[in-house]
Amino acid sequence: MRALRLELQAISKAYPGVRANDGVCLKVAEGEIHAVLGENGAGKSTLMKIIYGTVQPDAGRMLWHGEPVRLTSPEHARRLGISMVFQHFSLFESLTVTENVWLGLREKSRDQVAMRIRALAKTYGLDVEPERPVYTLSVGERQRVEIIRALLSQPKLLILDEPTSVLTPQAVADLFATLRQLAKDGCSILYISHKLDEIRTLCDACTVLRAGKVTGELKSLGNESNASLSKLMIGSEPPKLEHRPFEPGEVRLRVEDLTREKPTEYGTTLAGISFSVRSGEILGLAGVSGNGQAELLAALAGEQPQRGRGTMTVNGVDVTRLGPARRRKLGLHFVPEERLGRATVPSHSLAGNALLTRKASLPTSLLLQDKPLRALARHLIERFSIKASGPNAAARSLSGGNLQKYVVGREIDAAPRVLLMAQPTWGIDVGAAAQIRAEILKLRDGGAAVLLVSEELDELLELSDTLRVMAGGRLSPPIAAANASRTLIGEWMSGLWPGSFAAQTQGALP
Amino acid sequence: MITLEPRAEPSRWLAVASPLLALLATVTLGLLMFVLLGKDALSCLQMFFVEPIKDGRALAELSIKVTPLLLIGLGLSLCFRSNVWNIGAEGQFILGSIFATGVALRATPDSGIGLLIALLIAGAIGGALWAGLAAALRDRFNASEILVSLMLVYVAEQLLGYLVNGPWKDPNGYNFPQTISFLESARIPRLVEGSRANIGLPLALVSAPACWLFIHKSYAGYRLDVAGLSPPAARYAGFSERSALWLPLLVSGALAGLAGALEVAGPDGQLTTHVPLGYGFAAIIVAFVGRLEPIGVVLSSVLMSMFYIGGELSQSRLGLPKSISGVFQGLLLFSLLTCDTLVKNKLRIALSPSSKAAAK
Repeated sequence: MRALRLELQAISKAYPGVRANDGVCLKVAEGEIHAVLGENGAGKSTLMKIIYGTVQPDAGRMLWHGEPVRLTSPEHARRLGISMVFQHFSLFESLTVTENVWLGLREKSRDQVAMRIRALAKTYGLDVEPERPVYTLSVGERQRVEIIRALLSQPKLLILDEPTSVLTPQAVADLFATLRQLAKDGCSILYISHKLDEIRTLCDACTVLRAGKVTGELKSLGNESNASLSKLMIGSEPPKLEHRPFEPGEVRLRVEDLTREKPTEYGTTLAGISFSVRSGEILGLAGVSGNGQAELLAALAGEQPQRGRGTMTVNGVDVTRLGPARRRKLGLHFVPEERLGRATVPSHSLAGNALLTRKASLPTSLLLQDKPLRALARHLIERFSIKASGPNAAARSLSGGNLQKYVVGREIDAAPRVLLMAQPTWGIDVGAAAQIRAEILKLRDGGAAVLLVSEELDELLELSDTLRVMAGGRLSPPIAAANASRTLIGEWMSGLWPGSFAAQTQGALP
Repeated sequence: MITLEPRAEPSRWLAVASPLLALLATVTLGLLMFVLLGKDALSCLQMFFVEPIKDGRALAELSIKVTPLLLIGLGLSLCFRSNVWNIGAEGQFILGSIFATGVALRATPDSGIGLLIALLIAGAIGGALWAGLAAALRDRFNASEILVSLMLVYVAEQLLGYLVNGPWKDPNGYNFPQTISFLESARIPRLVEGSRANIGLPLALVSAPACWLFIHKSYAGYRLDVAGLSPPAARYAGFSERSALWLPLLVSGALAGLAGALEVAGPDGQLTTHVPLGYGFAAIIVAFVGRLEPIGVVLSSVLMSMFYIGGELSQSRLGLPKSISGVFQGLLLFSLLTCDTLVKNKLRIALSPSSKAAAK
């Protein structure tokens, strides 16, 4: 048997009102890929913070190569060879990729760092330009920077927190190859995820957490099914989604020949985008982040006046020149990717945040009235079973999953005719994601047109009626989701759909 | 080693206690300063904290300072809440007094109340115009409103100097830079006969609840609040960015201009180069000490007025330099900013944490 690299013995950590970790034991061998599985709030993050030295446990021991250690800081952890890729990024917006990575390294010169980034990016298919400032990067690109940063320090234990949510299937396969290679070289990997397929494909062993306690320790994953894993994780199987047959109605959202110059140097130019979404249809938009999805959503939401060709109509009304408030009045609602700070004001209460997009649902009065606002927030909390102390809870006090439920719920509850959604289940737990997906389907069955932009292919394949792919600011032809396969969509993500410019040039080559 | 750790949630009781704590620190530092200056510390404190509220006459004097500070402070709170940094209320105040003078000089002995109303409105328009310049430059050319509004103070001062030395100079004024004394019909009515307090005070006091209603109870106020706290959320919701710039600037400019009109047609009764006393700058402190809340601004404007009067009294009675009130105001802001840091951060005093880290 391989020697143990990391061992946790009866780790406990309590916060006021919560036992985040309760006697958690964990063993990770050298060169092992070990999954930590659990819902949001199961205590995974706290456990990782303890291993990474940002949080000190109340009780329990941590052994590193068999010797007890007490980590006092992440820097201490890094000295031992523990590296972490966070789900929430810690990058300086105004610095370039190289500078961000360089900050954590100290000794090397900047050019050397840039070279190593390029080398790593090439080896592992992590496509990132070292000279770009971080604020121009999409979420997916930022995550690649985080992964590269962690790999650069040649760790002995690499912790990855939900790393694949923004990668194409091919890139996931590449990443897995990378991780397996790293493991073969002796690096241990702690892989935090809620994607059961991935865990079963990649990991050697698995520890399952529920409510701060270990509910399962699996030495091998060969005999496990998704159902058995999910049972360990949430105590039951996730509810099955109810799919009704696809019966599209009239066109609700029509976009014709939309062309927009890229907003920043590193943005994507939208080139002649045309599509429509019908009533009762979910149009899934796949693509690697940074291929124009953000720009398309910006154009559709109308947050900034834009110049360029093309028209957008909602229910036949030309909205090309209208702002978000006017579009909302016509029934176009939008769930943006950033839940905190864009979809909600962090310091405002849930009631206050309801006013952001739901003015139309409130009785008109000269002065704002708290009562109907609070009632609306309370209604959302109940309808979407959001865990919050009440309508007065500040948006930032909610967990990611609950805040996302609130934002999605707020827009769905408005009974929109057209709903635009960006990454509706990004980084949230299985239970909340299943609930949000069920609500999206219900909305579609009620006759709304839904445009779903997601980087999770599984989600798109599961929910969409029709799929399209964005690559390089262009849009693929539609394909019925029933006829789409992961491989096909993966190819299209590289811009290689039938009749595309990229496909033609490639076809011309021998 | 002392480190600051950000708190997850700002401490509630400290948010309330911090202005009081800051006041305490200001008094303590003030005492220390008086002792170092070789003065009787207690009688100095008396000048600042007892004399200004001693009797009706003192209170009337106090009201004359409170009125402009409160009006301007309210407007600035609105600006700062919306992340619009209007530093030039002093210039808007001057323009208000100039515009008001323009009306006052047209008064005849039998002008009625209409002239007074026109005078106050002209003041507000003057201030709003000056602030509107800053808004326009920001809107059109993305010029920082901080710099523009501040620079416009100096332009306003030059304009004032030109007017009282030139076209508006009192021909019988022994060549002093001043206009004629306004006719009685162009003077702000007093509250009580024989008192210096005038109707500016009730005007200012009514503005406070009006501002409160606007900030906390109106949809327009909510939009400004969102724009100030989280611009992406304001864009997402579809709130106009331009109105989040123009509205607070115009309102605060108008309030500062109104204060200027009340000043020139009230206690001063003529336009001179001594009309601007720095209320526009002091009101920045007023706004922050008042936590950008109208009720808080009422209290802090009273406090700052006491500092003004205390400074004047210490000069005349104790022979302290006039700059003492400025020093006091500065100390208060300084202490408040320090205390605010503690509202948002936790102070941690650790005995050399690096030794523990190396213990492995």
